Amino acid sequence: MAEVTLLETRGLARHFDGLKAVDVVDFTLNVGEIRAIIGPNGAGKSTFVSLLSGRIPPSAGQVFFDGKDVTNLPAFKRVRLGIAYTFQITNIYPSLTVLENIEIAVQNRLKPSLFGGASEAQIQSEATLAAQAVGLGDRIGDTAGNLAYGHQRLLEVAMGLGLEPKLLILDEPTQGLSDAEIKNFIEVVKRVNETATVLIIEHNMDVVLALADRITVLERGRLLAEGTPDEIVENVAVQAAYLGEPA
Amino acid sequence: MSLHSTEISSVKAAKAAEAEKGKDRFMIIHNGRLFALSLATLSVLFVLQFALSDYLVLALTRILIMSIFAMGYNMLMGYTGLLSLGHAMFFGFGLYAAGLSSYYFGTSLPVSFVIAIAASLVFSFVIGLLALRTEGVSFMIVTLMFAQAAYLATLYFSKITGGDQGMTLPTDARSFSLLGANFDMTSDVVRFNLAFGIFAVVLIFFFFVTQGPLGRLFTAVRENEPRTQMLGFDTYRVRLAAFTLSGTVCGLAGALYALMFGYIGSAFAGFHYSIEALLFTLVGGPGTLLGPLLGTGIMTMLIDRLSGITTAYLIIIGIILIVVNMWFPKGILGTIRERWVPWLK
Repeated sequence: MAEVTLLETRGLARHFDGLKAVDVVDFTLNVGEIRAIIGPNGAGKSTFVSLLSGRIPPSAGQVFFDGKDVTNLPAFKRVRLGIAYTFQITNIYPSLTVLENIEIAVQNRLKPSLFGGASEAQIQSEATLAAQAVGLGDRIGDTAGNLAYGHQRLLEVAMGLGLEPKLLILDEPTQGLSDAEIKNFIEVVKRVNETATVLIIEHNMDVVLALADRITVLERGRLLAEGTPDEIVENVAVQAAYLGEPA
Repeated sequence: MSLHSTEISSVKAAKAAEAEKGKDRFMIIHNGRLFALSLATLSVLFVLQFALSDYLVLALTRILIMSIFAMGYNMLMGYTGLLSLGHAMFFGFGLYAAGLSSYYFGTSLPVSFVIAIAASLVFSFVIGLLALRTEGVSFMIVTLMFAQAAYLATLYFSKITGGDQGMTLPTDARSFSLLGANFDMTSDVVRFNLAFGIFAVVLIFFFFVTQGPLGRLFTAVRENEPRTQMLGFDTYRVRLAAFTLSGTVCGLAGALYALMFGYIGSAFAGFHYSIEALLFTLVGGPGTLLGPLLGTGIMTMLIDRLSGITTAYLIIIGIILIVVNMWFPKGILGTIRERWVPWLK
């Protein structure tokens, strides 16, 4: 695969008072890959992807997406450029139906302004397809808040798919899912990856190893290591970060 | 949770086919049952004029106009989740824009009406630009503050506005002719049917707004604004659209009131009217299309009847408000929707 850069950060940093949550990270993501970000608790993973999606502003550094400097763009504009973000804590519209949840995402892509754009019928049919793509096709009329937790996580992904993003950022998507649900989830992400680059924060190493083309390890806000899954598993520094320094 | 077998390629093919189908079905009406219910409600309202006494037809005329006011308010408070305490300002603005242009420039009633709507649109857009920089409690205070300033302005400029004494529109502003037909604003029948016609237009218009793409964004902002931003929407603009639409329709209601009853006065811009819009919406059901009509109807008739029995009727109204807030915070139609009829929105 030709290596085309989709996303790049230069000297990206975010400080919370004295705490350096993200501390000068240079990071590159190529088109079409599945990249996992791992690291111990408090390594700054969530803060890092929040900086990418624009949910919080950086203290220093720059973010480039698709060749453009997006550092100063608000989150909603980055979404329109193709960065979709699914929340670590399930964040849906609980009182709306599954279909309505996805339709809001699809509407952003097909009908970005008030006048013109796609018809309601098109929005509805594409939202239905996104629901089917994650296996929620037979639940589109259910109220989202009444879904089982695992289904709500899938709904999050379907909303991300509704945007047809270039980059889908998944923040700890399998947290709280059962083994069977995780297995299905891995398949869903693989299918998503046929059309989108995926950046996934994940604690579950089975998921990481099943999905990731490359792995980036963060520790204390810094980039500790980066490589293929095999390289990372063998990496001494990574083992030390997770298991403590050898005696 | 079963693994779905659809591959991306087949999804794409299906998508193309669906898109074709989408072109054929140029327009789809979401929630056809609510549309049918709206039409049925309109039919009943129309027929009521033949069944009710003159007094009640007049009361119903007033209810229809105040329902338009409450519907405008509901667009912001019920659908978008922004609680304003200053909507009397928009009602009063429309009232004065229509009344003053009739009074001073002698514009015919339809022209005054259109002027008032256009002016309300600009006015509510500008107020929205400022007020929407705040949220929550601050938004309530800012809207209240703007409304009080506007109310005091109508008193301060009483040489022009007539202040709290008000002004009666001249006789030649009590009728108009349009498309060869004469409309006499002192006739109960004409007034009722005009109010009904405009109410019907606003109701159908609001049906399509709330059940379409714009209404979807209003609801999205109400339910989860941060999520809506992360789905790529500038939620400030969505709120501004709701605010402007809401203010314009409230202004329309005020203009209709002024031209129909031929009287304008500062009382209509007072705090009392802001609370009425809130009260009617709360009782009927915030975020429901027909809630404001129901709430306005019930509360107006209740106040009318109670004030005939006791001068302390406001105590009873207060108790009703407390009961509604404690046990039925979603109002009558909101509660019915929650328990039995999910499409009632």
